[in-house]
Amino acid sequence: MKRVYVNEKWCLGCHLCEYYCAFAGFLERGENDMARALKTSKIKPRINIEEKDGVSFAVSCRHCREPLCVKGCITGALSTFDGVITINGDKCVGCYTCILCCPYGAISPSETGAVQKCELCVKTIGGTPACVKGCPNNAIVFEERG
Amino acid sequence: MGLKFLYPEYEVVRNYDRCISCRACERQCANEAHEYLQNENKIVCDDAKCVNCHRCVSLCPTRALKITASGNTYKSNANWSGKTIDEIYRQAESGGVLLSSMGNPENYPVYFDKILLNASQVTNPSIDPLREPMETRISLGAKPCKIERDENNRIVNNLPPRISISMPVMFSAMSYGSISYNAHESLARAAEELGILYNTGEGGLHEDFYKFGANTIVQVASGRFGVHPAYLNSGAAIEIKMGQGAKPGIGGHLPGTKIIGDVSRARMIPEGSDAISPAPHHDIYSIEDLRQLVYSLKEATNYKKPVIVKIAAVHNVTAIASGIARSGADMIAIDGFRGGTGAAPTRIRDHVGIPVELALAGVDKRLRDEGIRDNVSVIVSGSIRSAADVVKAVALGADCVYIASAALIAMGCHLCRSCHAGRCNWGIATQVPELVKRLNPDLGYKRLVNLMTAWEHEIKEMMGGMGINSIESLKGNRLMLRGIGLNEKELEILGIKHAGE
Repeated sequence: MKRVYVNEKWCLGCHLCEYYCAFAGFLERGENDMARALKTSKIKPRINIEEKDGVSFAVSCRHCREPLCVKGCITGALSTFDGVITINGDKCVGCYTCILCCPYGAISPSETGAVQKCELCVKTIGGTPACVKGCPNNAIVFEERG
Repeated sequence: MGLKFLYPEYEVVRNYDRCISCRACERQCANEAHEYLQNENKIVCDDAKCVNCHRCVSLCPTRALKITASGNTYKSNANWSGKTIDEIYRQAESGGVLLSSMGNPENYPVYFDKILLNASQVTNPSIDPLREPMETRISLGAKPCKIERDENNRIVNNLPPRISISMPVMFSAMSYGSISYNAHESLARAAEELGILYNTGEGGLHEDFYKFGANTIVQVASGRFGVHPAYLNSGAAIEIKMGQGAKPGIGGHLPGTKIIGDVSRARMIPEGSDAISPAPHHDIYSIEDLRQLVYSLKEATNYKKPVIVKIAAVHNVTAIASGIARSGADMIAIDGFRGGTGAAPTRIRDHVGIPVELALAGVDKRLRDEGIRDNVSVIVSGSIRSAADVVKAVALGADCVYIASAALIAMGCHLCRSCHAGRCNWGIATQVPELVKRLNPDLGYKRLVNLMTAWEHEIKEMMGGMGINSIESLKGNRLMLRGIGLNEKELEILGIKHAGE
């Protein structure tokens, strides 16, 4: 299965992945102008840059084979489809167990009360995820690594 | 010094309706032209720091930025231009020699743009390169004039060492130090994939790049930095740099701040010491001296590597080339006055040397007249900007061209001409680690391969249109050229007719 991998050697810490991620959600709703979409709101991306002492890299859901978040979910809102761990917002009660379980810190609360996480853009733009497309230095790649 | 008289040259125009304050511009500007105001969640800009490199413009996800000329003018004066006045202010402030980077930008004639190509009509039909074979492969080096036979009358292979490349374009000399590791790696990998050569420049060779040896020209210049037997033997050819088109008559100076770590090791000089290449080679004061160096290098490499002698195009270039063709060198590289540099005194760059088109035409004619054209291959450089320039150069008599500025532009250079500042936002002309990493060689090399592949297609199209199916048949074929808007003397030097003739 193709996953998002990060090569910190090439990450410039420009944070553009976060903005392209946030914008992907708007594209789904038919808003195709990034300036209009992100002008007013503070973004809530599903990918986040971690940086310290000149090292930076993007962190998003690893789509683990044995996902602790899915195991921990008390309502069955998190489940795995074709290897992609997805969230059903209708089922999520916002208990945040998954947030506590995830060793990567890849799940976060959202404005709707349900949690949010990277779903490899399967529900938004499809194909290559927005963060990968938008990365100016190929630091984020979408590939099969077994 | 009291008042500063200089007004910013550029203005960064931000469209606040489109700016989403993502701070990519602020984070990516090594000149710190952008500033984020936390309280207002707003980004502002100090135009005085902008060098117009377009890094922020290219990265801005909402196209909220553009850079314009600031438009501040002095009272109009046909003699004292704003640029001249600013330069005087700058020198009055600093007391120093003005420095510039990349090629001569002044308004001198570009002869390539005053030459038109021919195409076949009715007779001598044109060729469709997509349907018929088209040869762009060339072989460079000296050609023996005589067939030699042994006692059994068998032909003796008396061919001197030559290099064979897939198209008549190579990457010109840019040292590791003047450009970054990643830029160097991009060039080396692209050369390997394309089956052409790149040139180390006078910076030695990083140990990681020895594996690209078959696609490398190793340079020996007046500072002799990084030269040792393994280096000489690692490449496909050796180039002696006598001069550079951007700064004929003067040497080079890579500041100590760029001589760090690997760069210092590759150059074999201490970290932090300035790398100063003298103006002349101190052991070369005549063609005979040059011949000694040519043969020293051949001796050191067991006569297996062709030797290139690179000179700047200057007034008596034809006589110099004639001497070089008799020195035992296998190739002459002529670098025109538009050629690029990482740093040169502005006055030298903008006022010394001659156009490569004229130098090439003159050299090719002189070598033919003297019957020594086959002694050497001729490589030209100094602002070869497109496939059309390549075709015109070949038709004027060049065997091959070198490109460097075009290659840098392909990798992201926006010709801001601030290489000498060492803060290249595109990760090319810098040694600052966080800037160097901005050029991912996986992307850089691919862009170079794409550019060369595109040029190769275009060269074939133009050749096909002329009814020529091999680049060798185009070489020196000046009947395929016509001048436009050139006077008698210019046409005579170029050896071409005027359009309509």
